[in-house]
Amino acid sequence: MAKQPNNKVLLDIHRRMVRIRIFEEQAGKMMEAGKIPGALHLYVGQEAVAAGVMVHLSAADQITSTHRGHGHLIAKGGEFDRMFAELFGRATGYCKGKGGSMHISNMDLGMLGANGIVGGGPPIAVGAAFTQKFKKTKNVAVAFFGDGASNEGSFHEAANMAALYKLPAVFVCENNGYGEYTAQANHQAIVDVADRAAGYGMPGVIVDGMDAIAVYEAAGEAIERARKGAGPTLLECKTYRFYDHVGVRGMGLTYRTDDELARWQQRDPITLFESRLAEQGVLSAKKAAGVHEEVLAEVKAGIAFAESSPFPDAATLLDDVYAA
Amino acid sequence: MGQAQAKTEARKLPYVSAITEAVREILLEQDNAFVAGEDVGQAGSVYGYYRGLHKEFGGDRVIDTPISEKGIMGLGVGAAATGLRPIVDIMFMDFLGECMDEVANQMAKMRFMFGGSAKLPITVLTMAGAGANLAAQHSQSLEAWLAHLPGLKVVMPATPYDVKGCIIAAARDDNPVFVVMNKMSLGLTGEVPEGAYEVPLGKANVVRTGKDYTFVTLGRMLHEALKAAETLKGLGIDVEVIDARSVQPFDTDTVVASVKKTHRALVVHEAVRFGGIGGEIAAQIQEHAFDYLDAPVGRVGAPFSPVPFSPALEKVYVPNAERIVAEARRLSGL
Repeated sequence: MAKQPNNKVLLDIHRRMVRIRIFEEQAGKMMEAGKIPGALHLYVGQEAVAAGVMVHLSAADQITSTHRGHGHLIAKGGEFDRMFAELFGRATGYCKGKGGSMHISNMDLGMLGANGIVGGGPPIAVGAAFTQKFKKTKNVAVAFFGDGASNEGSFHEAANMAALYKLPAVFVCENNGYGEYTAQANHQAIVDVADRAAGYGMPGVIVDGMDAIAVYEAAGEAIERARKGAGPTLLECKTYRFYDHVGVRGMGLTYRTDDELARWQQRDPITLFESRLAEQGVLSAKKAAGVHEEVLAEVKAGIAFAESSPFPDAATLLDDVYAA
Repeated sequence: MGQAQAKTEARKLPYVSAITEAVREILLEQDNAFVAGEDVGQAGSVYGYYRGLHKEFGGDRVIDTPISEKGIMGLGVGAAATGLRPIVDIMFMDFLGECMDEVANQMAKMRFMFGGSAKLPITVLTMAGAGANLAAQHSQSLEAWLAHLPGLKVVMPATPYDVKGCIIAAARDDNPVFVVMNKMSLGLTGEVPEGAYEVPLGKANVVRTGKDYTFVTLGRMLHEALKAAETLKGLGIDVEVIDARSVQPFDTDTVVASVKKTHRALVVHEAVRFGGIGGEIAAQIQEHAFDYLDAPVGRVGAPFSPVPFSPALEKVYVPNAERIVAEARRLSGL
């Protein structure tokens, strides 16, 4: 039986989701205001996945992320000031301004990077899981990837090797219905990415990715299985991104309908979760609003930190190409 | 191994055994080192250079993988980033095409992209080179693909001594290092000391001194260049032969110092000439020693075609001593 989250865990999941949502909303605003250079792939709509999985992990557990990676880092414990500083291209960022949104990472938190390459993460996660088995730890490695990446050869090679070696890995597919701008029906002949698990000899589990508790329970089982040496699981979370592939705009896109977006927005993972917490008497609407306010203040402080941080000195350009 | 050697007489080993010894030294020295690749375990690799290691160190440290280069290279990257020191085997260099994302976009860039917080002590052993009638997909020399990527180091040991020392230096380095070996050199015998020693990465080796011409060679071409130098000696031309050993970093200083003395330079590599590393080396020579040159800097490399299968064609494809002699004389008028 899946482990039920206690109240402390529920509040933890809630805060992680709110932290992601408000960070992303404000990051989008900063991008539109021209303060953040380059491209942002925002995680709004998918918060239940990162939060529901990451609440099971410690910093010693490793994750690989995607180009939509801010949410994963936030849920893994990323701090707003250093995250915003990275997005703003400042020297105080997690990557000293060398990585930006698509490569944001924090090795100390076990976050092996957002990745600009679709499908780049799973083979690296397999290596991180291999380390855990080699060193006989009880830590796990979780690869986040999308429905689009499930068509990349790298995913298939990684899945095969993880299952072959019974590595402590979990493959979390965030199926948001689109590989960039191409609908799932136009990029793969299957409906459930989880079906692919059978081809590698691992369990494939489908979960409602808008329901944080469902994600929490399914991820808990998969992670537990990995920790005890029983091998990897493919966990498919059916979700949706409320914004465009890049940037903020959600409505009026040519490749999806506003109706479809509206239907998914009725199942906003944070709204759903907050209603449930209110019903259960865990967190009142008022207290929930308080969490939003607190997080917003923290986000604004993070932005202020970033804006007041220096850009990297030109002399640092060639630093860290190689280890000394 | 294990036989008593007279102290005065240097021990000789074939290139293939020098590889085995190097990997063994590293597995003994570093508890967190392991070897992973296709057929490296039970079979000891297709060329036999891991023979005995699976038995000695076990399947947890000498690991047979599926035929999955992306998976293997990704495993190396993820394992290195989380504290291990992988030795990854890519059976034929041509197979890099299967894992170029893991090499070019992940391994090479991770440390830089992460602002220096990641360390990637990974060694990749791979087999290049034509001459074995293995045709277009098992014979290429693709070092230029790798040397163009900031973040990687690339060495091409030409001798048994160097292959052992380069592998050990690579495995002790905290960066990704590709050790590009040549399948036609596996039987080549030479002096190989016992125990662990390093050939410093990034340091060229002046193998033969001379005053009239500088030959800069990559990998196996050292031996063809030495033969060419002997021929030219008969014509009264005294050639200095420098084995670059390391492509990235490249030892510009040693090469430039030599050219300032000899006033002529010829770069020799087995890879296709167009876009090969020879162009980069020639450019560096003219940048740093233009006023010293008495002749255009030459390049000998393979023609602009895939490696052919037929022995009759492959023979004319792979650069050799005759072509080196001819090109040196044509350019210098000597």
